Amino acid sequence: MCDTCGCTQPDDAVTIRKAGEEHHHHDHAHDHDHAHDHAHAHDHEGRSIAVETDILQKNNLLAERNRGYFLAKNILALNLVSSPGSGKTSLLERTIRELGGGLPVAVIEGDQQTMNDANRIREAGAPVVQVNTGNGCHLDSDMVLRAVRELQPEENSVLMIENVGNLVCPSLFDLGEARRVVIMSVTEGEDKPLKYPNMFRSSQVCVINKIDLLPHLDYDLEKAKEYALQVNHHLRFIEVSVKSGEGMDAWLTWLRDEVAAAKA
Amino acid sequence: MHELSIAEQILDIATDHTAREGVASVREIELEIGTLSGIEIDALTFALDVVTKNTVLDGTKVTIIDVPAKARCESCGEEFLLEDYFSPCPACGAFQSETLQGQELRVKSLIVDE
Ligand SMILES: Nc1nc2c(ncn2[C@@H]2O[C@H](COP(=O)(O)OP(=O)(O)OP(=O)(O)O)[C@@H](O)[C@H]2O)c(=O)[nH]1
Ligand SMILES: [Mg+2]
Ligand SMILES: [Zn+2]
Repeated sequence: MCDTCGCTQPDDAVTIRKAGEEHHHHDHAHDHDHAHDHAHAHDHEGRSIAVETDILQKNNLLAERNRGYFLAKNILALNLVSSPGSGKTSLLERTIRELGGGLPVAVIEGDQQTMNDANRIREAGAPVVQVNTGNGCHLDSDMVLRAVRELQPEENSVLMIENVGNLVCPSLFDLGEARRVVIMSVTEGEDKPLKYPNMFRSSQVCVINKIDLLPHLDYDLEKAKEYALQVNHHLRFIEVSVKSGEGMDAWLTWLRDEVAAAKA
Repeated sequence: MHELSIAEQILDIATDHTAREGVASVREIELEIGTLSGIEIDALTFALDVVTKNTVLDGTKVTIIDVPAKARCESCGEEFLLEDYFSPCPACGAFQSETLQGQELRVKSLIVDE
């Protein structure tokens, strides 16, 4: 079993590669034998060893290291989380195109299996590294560190980290980001924030995407925001249609403001 | 299934401590899991079963101590137990509250044979 991703099979080792690169390096071997050999507890009193350790300590420590690196290099790191298909990659593509190099953007793409998203980002014109997590359902801070070493993002830039499409698992894993951005699309049902409260609780910004579809749906935008605010009243909303471009200005303004604030 | 990564981390921590203490097996491990931590206990015990085979935690009894979630209302200061992130304050009905506990994920102790 793999230490970093918790995956179960050798084929599912975490791989990190640049878009356009064919080879991938497997960082670790998985070789385990699963013979059963249960220990037996004895009846007499045992000795208690106080451990008192946060289970996520390793991930959190490494996340802080990443954070320090980003701070020193003046890189604004954003962790983009959502359920599958909410439009994370689409938002990144359009963001890269609209910024047109004015503000350098580099991308880490997390996905269980494919290079598709990384290829889309490369075509949009930004440097990108794909992290395939195999069976792993989230990125962790170690994967991000390894991806950053491959990517070498320039100073004074934005680093977009597209997490694996999943509203549960990524919520526990700090990557060292400055901001967590949860993307919710209007095709998903208003109660997503109530069903996945940890993710909405741990995010600072909620992008509501695909608003071009609102006229065709029963989706109650105000209700969705109300639910999200019940879970996290600090959450701030940006409504966009990546498709039509509506709301992209607000998103880009927020992004530029964050970059400016990080410098100050 | 992030419980798998969580189980891996628990094993790492236990392996560290047992190596330091020079013990080869653990009778019982106590975990403190907040009720709002986002961990499915069933999934976690299943994952632990899988990852601990042939390790220092093989056959170890897993004791889960639930840490109930507590919050403080930001409008009236009331402290209350909550079952989910969106329970309103029982005193004033406000939704603005600050979580005080309930997100814990800790290895509390290992009980080993003398
Ligand atoms: N109508 C509409 N469709 C959109 C919009 N944004 C994205 N889509 C579509 O939604 C689908 C999923 O978009 P992606 O950007 O691949 O979503 P994702 O969140 O990156 O998906 P995963 O990486 O698989 O989790 C695509 O077919 C997009 O064309 C939008 O604003 N409006
Ligand atoms: Mg994508
Ligand atoms: Zn109150």
